[in-house]
Amino acid sequence: MNKIKSIDDLRKIKQDLENGMNIREKSNSPESLVQIRVAMATCGIAAGARTVMNTIIEKIEKDKVPAVVTQSGCMGYCYAEPTVEVRIPGKDPVVFGYVDSKKAIDIVEKYIVKGELLDGIIPVNYQTINDKI
Amino acid sequence: MHLLVCGGTGCRASQSEKIAENLNEEIKNIGLENEVQVVITGCFGFCEKGPIVKVIPDNTFYTQVKPEDCKEIVNEHVLKGRKVMRLLYVDPVTKEHVSDSKHMGFYQKQLRIALRNCGFIDPENIDEYIARDGYSALGKALTEMTPQQVIDLIKKSGLRGRGGGGFPTGLKWEIAASNKADQKYVVCNADEGDPGAFMDRSILEGDPHSVIEAMAICGYCIGASKGIVYIRAEYPLAIQRLKVAARQCRAYGLLGNDILGTGFNFDIELRYGAGAFVCGEETALIQSMEGKRGEPTVKPPFPAQSGYLRKPTNVNNVETFANIPAILLKGPEWFSSIGTEKSKGTKVFALAGKINNVGLIEVPMGTTLREVIFEIGGGIKGGKKFKAVQTGGPSGGCLTEKHLDTPIDFDNLIAAGSMMGSGGMIVMDEDDCMVSVAKFYLEFTVDESCGKCAPCRVGNKRLHEMLEKICSGKGTLEDVEYLKNLGNVIKDTALCGLGQTSPNPVLSTIEHFYDEYKAHVTERICPAGQCKALKLYTILADKCTGCTACARSCPVGAISGEKRQAHVIDAEKCIRCGACYDKCKFSAIYVQ
Repeated sequence: MNKIKSIDDLRKIKQDLENGMNIREKSNSPESLVQIRVAMATCGIAAGARTVMNTIIEKIEKDKVPAVVTQSGCMGYCYAEPTVEVRIPGKDPVVFGYVDSKKAIDIVEKYIVKGELLDGIIPVNYQTINDKI
Repeated sequence: MHLLVCGGTGCRASQSEKIAENLNEEIKNIGLENEVQVVITGCFGFCEKGPIVKVIPDNTFYTQVKPEDCKEIVNEHVLKGRKVMRLLYVDPVTKEHVSDSKHMGFYQKQLRIALRNCGFIDPENIDEYIARDGYSALGKALTEMTPQQVIDLIKKSGLRGRGGGGFPTGLKWEIAASNKADQKYVVCNADEGDPGAFMDRSILEGDPHSVIEAMAICGYCIGASKGIVYIRAEYPLAIQRLKVAARQCRAYGLLGNDILGTGFNFDIELRYGAGAFVCGEETALIQSMEGKRGEPTVKPPFPAQSGYLRKPTNVNNVETFANIPAILLKGPEWFSSIGTEKSKGTKVFALAGKINNVGLIEVPMGTTLREVIFEIGGGIKGGKKFKAVQTGGPSGGCLTEKHLDTPIDFDNLIAAGSMMGSGGMIVMDEDDCMVSVAKFYLEFTVDESCGKCAPCRVGNKRLHEMLEKICSGKGTLEDVEYLKNLGNVIKDTALCGLGQTSPNPVLSTIEHFYDEYKAHVTERICPAGQCKALKLYTILADKCTGCTACARSCPVGAISGEKRQAHVIDAEKCIRCGACYDKCKFSAIYVQ
């Protein structure tokens, strides 16, 4: 271990370490943040969802995007796996299909950060029990 | 993805280490060891439902996890993203599964300052502490502020000592700072001795760095280069974590000479106490550190003038220290905006006794007992009726139903005849006999009295004898009066805090439960049915079948009767052991 010789050293170490802890901080208030859910059922994983999830996690950490990444079960769009659902507070959730690493980066850069619309959105074709109530 | 496993003493006793090991193994089996991290943290506080495993980022809170469950958690949750429903917390009212700690009644009313990092970081990893602003407060104090400015800031925050006395911390530091000497000492009092209180242990186990950082800040303020943690040897895990933390600090140069290049020197060492209650009293603690018998000395001189090795010494409790870094970083206004007029900030309480959610909680000062017991604590076990809550351990008193809406702070508790103490809260229901409760605490103080002054050594012994007499059905009303008088004399004349507060459990139970004392001495009955000697066993002739089971189980041969005929108990011979009651299959034995 290197010695911390000044307060600037301490600040630098803190910044380097912050990302690792961010994931825990953010999980305390998930409603107020952008939530990205990667469908990680057997079908999704087989189609490469794990790589997609890692790409997204690395991307938001690198760009310091205030979002939480979670995994979900099968969304039923097995034909379009890997699928990624993005919930931006105040907007309807959107599901992207056929996501690969490149597409994942586009989702973060264009849809989440800049608010641009992207191709590849799967139209919502069902209601959940929560919508009805 | 992070899996946080509670590594507090409570959860470790239920094999949480094995759980962490199994989780790691299962994760390796599915080849995700680079993506999923298992972290052992400090106490989450919800000890009732331990061991606890928390999954981040989706914030799933698994309770009562067993080592066998790890495979399912990893295969279902980590791999497939499905929560393991049977391990989720079930809301006792709605009977619904709650997956997220934020929506659990236990956590909703809590505000965590002293426990901010407990259950959140790995206590054995200094980097995680630094990432959570750790040592920034020390850095701020050393580089941007003078010692007096720091003291003023603490004074302004209104922080009072969390060990029980409630003395203003800033003032204490100022007095120690004003005394000139070649060497001064900062002492952390980690001799937590109240039965049922374990907040200091949890802080040291879950966030040892916050205490070390605050001790260094205190050293800077009062001009001390040495810190000593006086900790009881009965806390092996806390000791180990403190040692690891101190070693990491030295490696980083956060303890030692020329800290952060400012020329400030500070280091800490550990001293182990043998677990004597009186050593929580600061003068006795200092005696014990010097290798002498743990006996209190007369104040003045106060430790701030002449303490350890006759040098000015500042003694603070663990929880007090844990608040300091947060106050420095967030400002005194933030801290003093929380709490009541004279008690600022939050307080950690250890909930124990007949309550559903046993555990460690931190609430703003001014929260009512009702909120703590019924909302956070989840009410009384088994739906029984609330009778009293004992606060402040052997130094405190019992509070009753009429105090339920009193906002908890230092002054309100004293006004109600109890005290804050270190924050133990033992909840009692209708089955608890208040005379026995008072007797239990007196037994403890009689054991723990150091014997230096007569009021405490002899007086408490007499109090205890009289309580025994009342519990065995031989007491009189005069005895109750005598208890009151003697109790007050001990309070006025004892040397240290131990003796001055030891009659509180007796006095407060006499005040609030006089009828119960009266029933013991005049009617010779124990309304709660706890005092064995006051029970009267009789056989109901119409229910007795004459099976002789009771007669055969009676150890003193007090039961007689012919086979297939109703039996009789000889009250003179009966020793009230209850053996016949347990044996009888026909509910023919009646207890009064």
